[in-house]
Amino acid sequence: MALPPTRILPVIDKDNAAYWTWGANGELAIHRCADCGYRVHPPVPFCPACDGRSVGPEAVSGRGRVTTFTVNHKQWVPGLAVPYVLALVELVEQPDVRLVANITHCDPGQVRFGMEVEVWFEPVEDLWVPLFRPARGAA
Amino acid sequence: MTALAEKNTAITGIGLSDVSRGASRSALALTVDAALEAIADAGLSRGDIDGIATWPGERADGSGFSPVGCAAVQDALRLKLGWYGGGGEAPGQYGAVFNAIGAIAAGLCRNVLIFRTMYEATARKTAFANALLREGQRQAGPFAWYAPYYTYAAALQQALFFNLYVHKSGIRPDQVAQIPINQRRNAALNPKAIYRTPITLDDYLASPLIATPLRLYDCDVPCDGAVAIVVSRMDVARTLRNPPVRIEAIGSSMQYRNSWTQLDALDTQAQPKVAEMMWSRTDLGPADVDIAQLYDGFTFHTLNWLENFGFCERFGAKDFIEGGRRIALEGDLPVNTGGGALSAGRLHAYGAVHEACTQLWGRGGERQVKRDPRVCATSTAGGPLAGAMLLVRD
Repeated sequence: MALPPTRILPVIDKDNAAYWTWGANGELAIHRCADCGYRVHPPVPFCPACDGRSVGPEAVSGRGRVTTFTVNHKQWVPGLAVPYVLALVELVEQPDVRLVANITHCDPGQVRFGMEVEVWFEPVEDLWVPLFRPARGAA
Repeated sequence: MTALAEKNTAITGIGLSDVSRGASRSALALTVDAALEAIADAGLSRGDIDGIATWPGERADGSGFSPVGCAAVQDALRLKLGWYGGGGEAPGQYGAVFNAIGAIAAGLCRNVLIFRTMYEATARKTAFANALLREGQRQAGPFAWYAPYYTYAAALQQALFFNLYVHKSGIRPDQVAQIPINQRRNAALNPKAIYRTPITLDDYLASPLIATPLRLYDCDVPCDGAVAIVVSRMDVARTLRNPPVRIEAIGSSMQYRNSWTQLDALDTQAQPKVAEMMWSRTDLGPADVDIAQLYDGFTFHTLNWLENFGFCERFGAKDFIEGGRRIALEGDLPVNTGGGALSAGRLHAYGAVHEACTQLWGRGGERQVKRDPRVCATSTAGGPLAGAMLLVRD
C-alpha cells in the first residue's frame, strides 16, 4: 500500500522565509509597511499603498474568514486521503490579504463561505506550514 | 480607429493535426502537420513565412503541456525569419497572436505562423504529469503558495473561483450542464472531435465530483494535437486565397493583481477588463456577434465569458443557457460549435480559433452554423490570465 503523500514545500527566499518559519513560535508572519500599516502579501519589500520601503514581517492574530473553498474528492496520487478542503482565507486584520490553506479539524461538509477560522501550524521538515481550523468561540 | 495595429492583420490559413488520446507520432510531427496545412491553406509556401510565434514556448518538462517551441519548428521547416517569439508571460494563450500583431506593425514580418502543440495524453500514460506539483521537489514561483496544500491540478485552484461564482450567482448543476451537453452535441457532428457520443443531464449529474463544484464533465480533455494559423499583414491577406478573417479587436490588458490567490475579482477572474478593452477598440458590440468560441478549460470559464463579454448580464448566464437552445448551433448565439476543449480536446484556445475560422469560412460541414456567420468572439484562459479577440470575415 502506498504511503500517504507528504506536503510539497516551497522554495524559501529572503522575502517568504518568515511566513513559512515563524510558526515555530506559533506566529503567523505577514509583511506590513512600517510607514502606513498596509499589509503586503505575497511579501514584497515595497508598499503599493504609500510607496514606502520599510516593509517587513509582523505577526497577525491568525484569525480569518473563509473567502472561498473547494472540497476535493479526486485521489490525485496513491494514498491521498479524500475528501479534503482547499480554501482561501482572508485575514480579519485586512481582508485583501488571502492565504491558501487546508481547513482541518472539521468535516469537509461543514465548511461555509465566511466561516471564522484560526491558524495552526504543521511542522514539515524545516518549515511550519500554516493551516486553518474552525475558530474557537466563533458563533 | 485605423491606427489600431490589429486592424491591419488577418488570419489567412488554418491547420489542425490528428487529435487523439494517444498519438502514434511525435509532438513535432503533429506540429509539422498542422503548420504545413495552415501554410497551404493560406495559399503560401514555406518561403513566405517570415515570423513564428507560440505560447508558452517549449517546456521540456515531460508534462506534454508545450513540448514544441519556435526553435524546433523553425529548424524543422528551415524557415528564414524576420521575427520569432514564444513565451508564457502574456495575456493568456492568445499572447502569441498579440505579439505577432505587434511584430507585423513593427515591420519585422508579414506572414506569421502561430502554433500550439499539446502532448498531454501521451505524457499522462507514463506519469502523473499535471505539472503543478512534483513529489520530492521544492516548489518555486506563484504556485509555491499552493504547493503544501495538496493542490495537484489546476482544477483545484479554479474550483476555488468557481465555487464562489456558484455561491454568488446561485447557478444550479442542471443549468451548468447545458454547457457540456451542448458541446457534446456539436462534437457529434465534428469528425475530428475526441468524444462524439451525446451526453444527457443524468450523465452529467452522475459524472464523478473532482473538486466541488467541478464534475468530470466540467473539465476539458487532455489530448495530443497541434493547431497552426497564419496571421498576415492585411495588404498581403487581400491577395491570398481565403477571404481574410480580420482581427477586428483584441483585449490584452492586465488591470488586476496578477496572482492566483490575490486576484481582485475571484468570481469573474481577469475577464471583465479584458472584454471591456476589446469592445473599446471596435464599433461592433455583443449584439453583432454571430458565434462565440469561448474558453472552456472548465465549463465555468465559458459561463464567465458569456457574462463578461456582455452577451448577458452579470450572473445571468444560468438563465441565458437554460434549456440549451440559445447556445445551440441553430440558436441566437452558437457557442463552441466544434465541441470545444470539453469534447474535441484541450488545444488550449487555439482549437477555438481554428473552429472560429472553420465556421467563418463556411467549412463546418454538418456542424456549420446556417446563417453565414461573419463575426466571432473568442477568448482564452483563467485566473489572472485572459485574452480576447473579435474576428470578422470580410
